[in-house]
Amino acid sequence: MNWGSAAEFFAMGGYATYVWGSYAVSVLVIVGELLLHGRRRRTCLRRLGRRVRPEKNPS
Amino acid sequence: MELNIWRFASPQVIYPIAGRMVPVFMALAALFTLAGLYIAFFVAPTDFQQGESYRIIFIHVPAAWMSMLIYLVMAFWCAVGMIMNTRLSFMMALALAPTGAFMTFIALWTGALWGKPTWGTWWVWDARLTSELILLFLYVGFMSLHAAIDDVRRADRAAGLLALVGVVNVPIIYFSVQWWNTLHQGASVSLTRAPSMASTMLAGMLVMTIAAWMYGIAMSLMRLRTIVLEREADSDWVQELFASPACGAKA
Repeated sequence: MNWGSAAEFFAMGGYATYVWGSYAVSVLVIVGELLLHGRRRRTCLRRLGRRVRPEKNPS
Repeated sequence: MELNIWRFASPQVIYPIAGRMVPVFMALAALFTLAGLYIAFFVAPTDFQQGESYRIIFIHVPAAWMSMLIYLVMAFWCAVGMIMNTRLSFMMALALAPTGAFMTFIALWTGALWGKPTWGTWWVWDARLTSELILLFLYVGFMSLHAAIDDVRRADRAAGLLALVGVVNVPIIYFSVQWWNTLHQGASVSLTRAPSMASTMLAGMLVMTIAAWMYGIAMSLMRLRTIVLEREADSDWVQELFASPACGAKA
């Protein structure tokens, strides 16, 4: 175990900005990629639904 | 029964297979990420030179490896598509490109945040950093060029050619630290000699690398499915898939 306390863990030996800045942005990028793809997929499915069954999904 | 591998070149065959694989690889990615982060923060010791700042390595190196590997796989599919004229190959390449670009961005970003405390600068125009930045431009260029051409087949070929020309950049990135005098350090891990780091640090890095692989596979298969639907929207099988009452659940 490297850390005496939670505060020590979050302080990262004085490098908190750099370490957490790296991890936080990486998480944001991955979440952003998943969200962007989700939006693209929903748009695609909506278009397909409209095209195949136009009477049920008026555009 | 004879197994015909060409069957798997058909978007219609791949679509449901990929759909079953996505949750498996996503779950593996989550598991390996949790294990990797545990090793990274609670098992791997403090570095005697860099203190805690070195813990950036656990994302920086896997992301940088992935950025190069994804490019090679993407270019491979472009080559297959251009030689065999298989439409699924280009869809594979297109599915990989955004993930490759995001990985490149993460490698550059974490590199800047690691460079500041260790080198005293966010950025230098040395060979490693510059060639990695060019890799980001290649990904963006590949996607933009494809998006800019209306005729899909022509877009495939033009972007594919760009991807293939850009392959020359990958060995430049990889060997830049040997070929030129760079601020960036040389490889700590190579296939030809023992790694120059503590075994728990190495273990954390490798587990995070496996996690990145699993994520990359899951994400690109997910995107592949969407691209297949976008591009095959007029085909009978997609129409049938969406004509059935349970279409939402099936798709």
